[in-house]
Amino acid sequence: MVTLDDYGKYETAWCPGCGNFAILNAVKQALVASGLIPHQVLFVSGIGQAAKAPHYLNANVFNGLHGRSLPVATGAKLANPELTVIVESGDGCNYGEGGNHFLAAIRRNVDVTLLVHNNQVYGLTKGQASPTSDTGFVTKAQPGGVLAEPFNPIAVAVAMHAGFVARSFSGKIDHLADMIQQGIAHRGLSLVDILQPCPSFNKVNTFAWYKQRCYVLPDEHDPTDWESAMKVAREWEDRIPIGMIYRNDRPAFEEQFSVLSDASLVGRQLDKAALAKIMEEFA
Amino acid sequence: MKPNAFNILIAGEAGQGLVTVGHLLAKSLVRTGYFVVVTQDYQSRIRGGHNTFAVRVSPDEIVAPQESVDLLVALNAESVSLHRGQLTPGGLIAVDVAFDVSGDLCLRIPFKELSGRRFANIVALGVVSFLLGLDEELVARTMDEFFGKRDLKIAEQNQEALTKSFQWCEGQRSLIEKLRPVENPPKRLLMNGNEAIALGALSAGLRFYSFYPMTPSTSIALNLASRANEMGLIVEQAEDEIAAINMSIGASFAGSPSMVSTSGGGFALMVEGVSLAAMTETPLVVVVAQRPGPATGLPTRTEQGDLEFVVHAGHGEFPRAILAPGTVEECFHLTRSAFDLAESYQGPVFVLTDQFLADSSRAVAPFEVEHLYTLGAGAELEGISEPYRRHAFTESGVSPRLLPGMSQHLVVTDSDEHTEDGHLTEDLLVRRQMVEKRLRKQKGILEQVIPPESSGDSNPDLLLVSWGSSRGAVYEAASQLTSEGRRVATLHFSQVWPLAPEQFVGLLREAGEVVCVEGNATGQFARLIYRETGFLIEKLVLRYDGLPITPEFILRELNR
Repeated sequence: MVTLDDYGKYETAWCPGCGNFAILNAVKQALVASGLIPHQVLFVSGIGQAAKAPHYLNANVFNGLHGRSLPVATGAKLANPELTVIVESGDGCNYGEGGNHFLAAIRRNVDVTLLVHNNQVYGLTKGQASPTSDTGFVTKAQPGGVLAEPFNPIAVAVAMHAGFVARSFSGKIDHLADMIQQGIAHRGLSLVDILQPCPSFNKVNTFAWYKQRCYVLPDEHDPTDWESAMKVAREWEDRIPIGMIYRNDRPAFEEQFSVLSDASLVGRQLDKAALAKIMEEFA
Repeated sequence: MKPNAFNILIAGEAGQGLVTVGHLLAKSLVRTGYFVVVTQDYQSRIRGGHNTFAVRVSPDEIVAPQESVDLLVALNAESVSLHRGQLTPGGLIAVDVAFDVSGDLCLRIPFKELSGRRFANIVALGVVSFLLGLDEELVARTMDEFFGKRDLKIAEQNQEALTKSFQWCEGQRSLIEKLRPVENPPKRLLMNGNEAIALGALSAGLRFYSFYPMTPSTSIALNLASRANEMGLIVEQAEDEIAAINMSIGASFAGSPSMVSTSGGGFALMVEGVSLAAMTETPLVVVVAQRPGPATGLPTRTEQGDLEFVVHAGHGEFPRAILAPGTVEECFHLTRSAFDLAESYQGPVFVLTDQFLADSSRAVAPFEVEHLYTLGAGAELEGISEPYRRHAFTESGVSPRLLPGMSQHLVVTDSDEHTEDGHLTEDLLVRRQMVEKRLRKQKGILEQVIPPESSGDSNPDLLLVSWGSSRGAVYEAASQLTSEGRRVATLHFSQVWPLAPEQFVGLLREAGEVVCVEGNATGQFARLIYRETGFLIEKLVLRYDGLPITPEFILRELNR
């Protein structure tokens, strides 16, 4: 039986009070609850404070470039669909630098669990606005306040009929672990947008700010009902819904490749007869 | 010695089917036992615009394109005025009787009468085939195979147009000398550079290929996509070049031999990924098919202008190898070498080609598939010490590469500087050791460098230096000068990085005059040689008008 100890305990580089600690614990809980052994799991991350998280647990890790975790995860999953692939990175990484990949990943629906640490600010580079910063949010880089509208990842994902769209909050660790576990179990791209405080650089959206606003979606919410999911997705400001917002059973991307139907791409032998036949077509 | 060759230029608008005619003609010629060199010149548009498809043919081996034209097949009137000047003395123009063309030696074809306009390209194929002395049955069979049996009615009409044009030709007086027949020719394939790269990659065990369409690299993708199921690989069109290279890196990390291909602008977007492959020590083959820049440049033309870009692409310092095929055969074999090097030294390896070679079909001997060695990915589990460290320090700089999920060992890597076990570090001693470990791999790469090929006079007054796709043109130019009594030699590089000066610097020093022939405006390879050897090549023959280097171009420039 896999236990939390199998995933290890490491010193981190995060500030005291950072939401990342709780997220890390929730991730480990979810992995254990999913019965996954560390070597079965591949974490892919980008750059940012969130992207360091995979270094603080035992698993396979590819910590790549800022914004590019989804393409790396897509390639790895297609190469070896037996891997459980989890992308863990921040709002800047996934919604800013990697925005195009976010859209493409939803369209493809590769079986990857996408954990976005969303603290509405850039932590690693010390406090600039992120794509999810609220309009008017003041930083040293945006001294007059953010002029742009915030990116709403939930609404975008629902609008695009993403297979699995959930939101949670680092202050609700069991809820978060449950969302992550469900995301891992879902076959297809699973977005878990995780609200978290950044005590060092976001003095507006604090732990108390989120705690006051986040409410767990009632059982009556039907996540398979796209229109009501769309409505829920647009809630923000005073009340912020957390939980399973939308899901469907679109086929996972990799399930549609006939070459993957009997084996992964790893370790395949060259079919010389097939190649010789192709060569013959040029004669 | 000038080979006994004949150059056919088919010219017209995009959408007139001239590539089809050209392909069928080239294929029929190769099947009859001739050598061909195809040069495609097209504008960046789908219909309209002036395009040409040149087939240089000879019973003897030929390796270069030719500028002068022996037979101009003009599918529109404009083609006559544009190319009349290229005709050799005694050259023939084949043109629609409806066009008002006179003066030169002209074969006026009643296209309308023979086919209706719809099958004009087949009539052109028939006429040219007849003039060159090809067998009608062989051409008909080649055409049938190409079009398939999708539409029987069209197939019949094609056949009818072909037969009618052969019959019509028989009634004409003989206007050109037929090609010398080849007795018992060996079997050859008609293949262009991109097709050979695709096949070379498949033969090396390619399993994952991601791309974003960009001329002139796109046909590599199309070739691979059409073979993906039978060869067991995944071909994925990414949302952009950045995604393409990162996907391939992810797939390679997980254990699939991977490749991307693009051209200059797309490669510019991939550059951060090149550095990532180097830092995470992930094998990756990158094909860069050059076209003229800067920026969008001339999308469908050729150039060798990105050599310095590819030598330097990627921030930070890391080893790399750059292979530059000079023939279609080399496109196949060097792509295989690129996979071998990438897996052996765990990083980015480049195949640097260009539009001319990408689209240039040639007659090649069939590749012996049965005897090719095959490659694997990753290291054997045996002998792995615990705990496993993905980036363990070794003498060669190469650390055993395990694949994630394929054993109990955890495989960890990072784009940040990392410890031996792959975790992020700011330990500056480890930093130094890691830099040195990565750079040690360059020594192994250097030991495997393909030496430049030298040919010609052993004590030359003139040494022509070249790299990549200009190989054939330089060789033929040198042969021509030799036949005129000059003492000429060539030195051709199929690997342009790293350079091993001891392999060639003596030849440079001992030659009378050294001239570097390149498809760019500033002599990038000459500069690279100077940097690496201190030998300054003062005379340069440079072409940067978007057209391929030809023997005629080199001879003209040398005589200036």
